[in-house]
Amino acid sequence: MKNYRNTKNRLPAVSTASLPDIVFMLLFFFMTVTTVKDNTLLVDNRLPNADQVKKLEKRDRIIEIFVGKPSPELASVLGSEPKIQLDNRLATINEVAPYVLSELAKKPEAIRNLVTVSLKVDQEVNVGVVSDIKEELRRVNLLKVNYTTYQGDAFLNAQ
Amino acid sequence: MARNNEIPEVNAGSMADIAFLLLIFFLVTTTIETDVGLDRKLPPKDPTPPIKVQEKNIFRVSLNKKNELLVENEIMSLENLKSATIDFLDNGGAPKGDGNYCDYCQGDRSLYASDSPGRAIVSLNSDREATYGVYILVQNELTAAYNELRSREAERLFNLGYEEMEEIYFDPQTDLKAKSELKAKINQIRTMYPMQLSEAETNMNLIAEFQ
Repeated sequence: MKNYRNTKNRLPAVSTASLPDIVFMLLFFFMTVTTVKDNTLLVDNRLPNADQVKKLEKRDRIIEIFVGKPSPELASVLGSEPKIQLDNRLATINEVAPYVLSELAKKPEAIRNLVTVSLKVDQEVNVGVVSDIKEELRRVNLLKVNYTTYQGDAFLNAQ
Repeated sequence: MARNNEIPEVNAGSMADIAFLLLIFFLVTTTIETDVGLDRKLPPKDPTPPIKVQEKNIFRVSLNKKNELLVENEIMSLENLKSATIDFLDNGGAPKGDGNYCDYCQGDRSLYASDSPGRAIVSLNSDREATYGVYILVQNELTAAYNELRSREAERLFNLGYEEMEEIYFDPQTDLKAKSELKAKINQIRTMYPMQLSEAETNMNLIAEFQ
């Protein structure tokens, strides 16, 4: 008798049978809306803000160049002068043109003239480095560039 | 005996764990945001013969190493750059009857600023030691000036802002017919206010950077 009453008062267990379905739904959601990170940053990369921006769509048409001071753990070895990062290594200005050309050669021929170079430059860097890179890009006739920024009030950069 | 031949049910209890594991893996290795930025087209390297441009059609902006702005030989704060650029571009100084007369301009029609938006060139000169963040701010303000003028004309002609037009144009869900119509409209606005932003290597040798 006592046993019977106990079982009756206990709350029924919540069914977890649909839990996998819910989690799979979340999984597919994240798989479709996100893109894979393909670079580990070796340089500080706090991008400037701008509000007159355009979206950089189609990641297969983009070549990325990072510029910034070496990240804190590398700063003791490399100093604090701005460095250029290509792919997963630090490079000098002379390596920019060969790198960009080799990346371009990897793209299918149909989209080669649509390729944009995305310049991801830290906002503390001097303009000189950027104009050197632009000069190199002009030399190899890759003329579409994008100054990649965060979306925000541009006057935050001046502080 | 008959019971033993039945296929035992697979335990699906750990399915949730597996799915969670995958979910966390994707959360860690991916990022949501797509990149945004300012698009520019660099001038080609091959030497083009220098084009003679009247001084009044050039809007000189220079940024020094202390991040100070000099516009048309006067020190200017960054906040005023956009309105000064709009005044210059929208001036429409060419007299009525002249081939370059700009009938949609709403500026002062001063003789010392640009003849027409089609002729106006913005020349940006920055010191190598200027900060990149401020350089982007200047680029952003110049783009904002063009966008504002373009939007004004787009609103007047098509009742739709220029940026919205571009947004619809680049939206993959827009069908082809609407796209080609929009493209004609966008090009019309762009020819009204063409973006002619040049980055001078020296004061005498202008290198144009068009969008």
